Amino acid sequence: MGASTRPKLAVFKFSSCDGCQLALLSLEDELLELAGAVEIAYFLEARSQTLPPPYDVALVEGSITTAEDSKRIQEIRQQAKLLVTIGACATAGGIQALRNWKDVDEFTRAVYATPAYIETLKQSTPISAHVPVDFELNGCPVNKAQLLEVLTALLLGRAPHLPAHSVCVECKRRGTVCVAVAQGIACLGPLTHAGCGAICPAFNRGCFGCFGPMESPNADALLAHLEESGHAAAELVRLTRGFTGFAEAFRTASEKWEKRP
Amino acid sequence: MAPSLPRVGARLTLAKSSLEQVFANLRAAGFTLIGPRLRDAALVLEEVTGLNDLPRGWRDQQAPGQYRVVPGQDSFYFDHLVGPHSWKQFLHPARLKLFGAAKNNGTWSFQSATAPPPRYAFIGVRACDLAAIARQDRVFLAGEFRDPHYAARRESLFLLAVNCGRAAPTCFCRSLQTGPRVTGGFDLALTELADVFVLEVGSEAGAEMLRETAWQPATALHASRAEEAVRQTESQIERELRTDDLPKLLYDNLEHPRWDEVARRCLACGNCTLVCPTCFCTTVEDASNLAGTRVERTRLWDSCFTLDFSHVHGGNSRPTLRARYRQWLTHKLASWKDQFGALGCVGCGRCITWCPVGIELTEEVKAIREKAA
Ligand code: SF4
Ligand code: SF4
Ligand code: SF4
Repeated sequence: MGASTRPKLAVFKFSSCDGCQLALLSLEDELLELAGAVEIAYFLEARSQTLPPPYDVALVEGSITTAEDSKRIQEIRQQAKLLVTIGACATAGGIQALRNWKDVDEFTRAVYATPAYIETLKQSTPISAHVPVDFELNGCPVNKAQLLEVLTALLLGRAPHLPAHSVCVECKRRGTVCVAVAQGIACLGPLTHAGCGAICPAFNRGCFGCFGPMESPNADALLAHLEESGHAAAELVRLTRGFTGFAEAFRTASEKWEKRP
Repeated sequence: MAPSLPRVGARLTLAKSSLEQVFANLRAAGFTLIGPRLRDAALVLEEVTGLNDLPRGWRDQQAPGQYRVVPGQDSFYFDHLVGPHSWKQFLHPARLKLFGAAKNNGTWSFQSATAPPPRYAFIGVRACDLAAIARQDRVFLAGEFRDPHYAARRESLFLLAVNCGRAAPTCFCRSLQTGPRVTGGFDLALTELADVFVLEVGSEAGAEMLRETAWQPATALHASRAEEAVRQTESQIERELRTDDLPKLLYDNLEHPRWDEVARRCLACGNCTLVCPTCFCTTVEDASNLAGTRVERTRLWDSCFTLDFSHVHGGNSRPTLRARYRQWLTHKLASWKDQFGALGCVGCGRCITWCPVGIELTEEVKAIREKAA
């Protein structure tokens, strides 16, 4: 069996909900094909047997929230030829990055019976704040077709095709009526990286921005327009401070609107 | 019942309920009918099977960056105007699989992926949209390179046009002489009055679809009421785009400060290009299985507002928002003319209504003209 010739894939988890790893498992049809094409060397959620490093590709889920994490990611970087972050937590700090604007000690005291047992960093940060990342895959969770596209591209030695334009392009391609224009819903789609297929607007919801900022986000322009159309500054802070709120374009926007009188 | 079919060019009156028979005739002739329907708070273009599918009694309210569906005139089927969709969705689909290939025993075999398209009958095409189809004809059919996918859909197309009975504040077809009156290029054209349709027969195919309907030659009164309705619409149109100094005005003002100003408001979201019925740009996406033994190529709508669009070897030729907005406007209203012999705008107003921040191309041109170089 050609175990040694197949590229070794490893999947690591940090602070996250496991949803992106589940996206990998939910590939179903392609999973067997994938297991044939790569050696799944480390993937605790799927397989208890592990193989030692080095790894050809490391998929990393989750954000860095403990001192221990920040050491472990350095080791993983050393062990992996290519490091790909998967999902909003690994790529932007995730929903848990909401703490970055609050006092974490206060949370620990409020939530845990023995706060002394809790060791945590003040901020939840993306992997790229700690080590160089070769490729970032957005989404909360990642889109499984995009995940497969990245793995296929890496296996075949070509660039993955993951457009960074707005979600609006995806709305229009699928014929969705714009919820912002037709219903006055505050939608983050014009600022948000494509990739989900514009799911939320197709269900009459505004985009939550879970794929992070698009390639050239003009947050000031959209938020100023929304404010003019009657959306309160506090609502705009909530809108931009979501699953990828710590990503730079959203972070600067929410901090700016937070200071509005 | 009229004994025979009307001749081409005839003006008729038709009871509104008789449109059902026209639809039935079209279906019997093998057409898939596409028309306006109320869905998701908008009047969209989708398959319709009968008169009941049409949004009778509903109309749209449009403004820059805003669209609402509100009650209209009760007995009217076509009280609405152009909406979020345009006919290019059907003639030039947003996503089209071009071909696939598979590798077996070391040899590649190719399969064409395009099934024969349906024969479409478009119900309720406005004058501006007829003009938009004619512009896309120039792009896809007239030049050296014909687009076979567009051609296949276009050649079998049946067009039932409608004269607009009202105009939106976003409409400016009058400036471009594309509307509101339908003047040609249709199979049937109707004007809706409160009680009847006044119909104009534009082709043999159009006449044929009036079989078994109770059409009558239009009375002078009906004909003049129909005329008056379109005249009224014409006089409602307030938005204006001066075209006499185009394309020169834009070519002379490529460094105008207004480009910087609009770049501060524009999101580069691409909505304007995608709702525009004349914009035609596409990209191709190749996909493969993990082993690289099955591949397929898909064509997708693209937009000059995306960074990939102007990414070339070594960098991006339009890295700034300013450069991308300028590309859009100067292509529509200047270089399109050099390329295809007409402007790339028909005045439908979609880019104004469906821009999430309400940028109005008519106002941008005006601002450039005010302080022109
Ligand atoms: S619904 Fe949101 S994402 Fe879709 S086109 Fe409108 S603004 Fe863009
Ligand atoms: S540029 Fe705007 S107004 Fe002109 S045809 Fe396109 S969408 Fe309509
Ligand atoms: S003009 Fe409006 S619709 Fe067009 S890219 Fe800019 S913000 Fe989007």
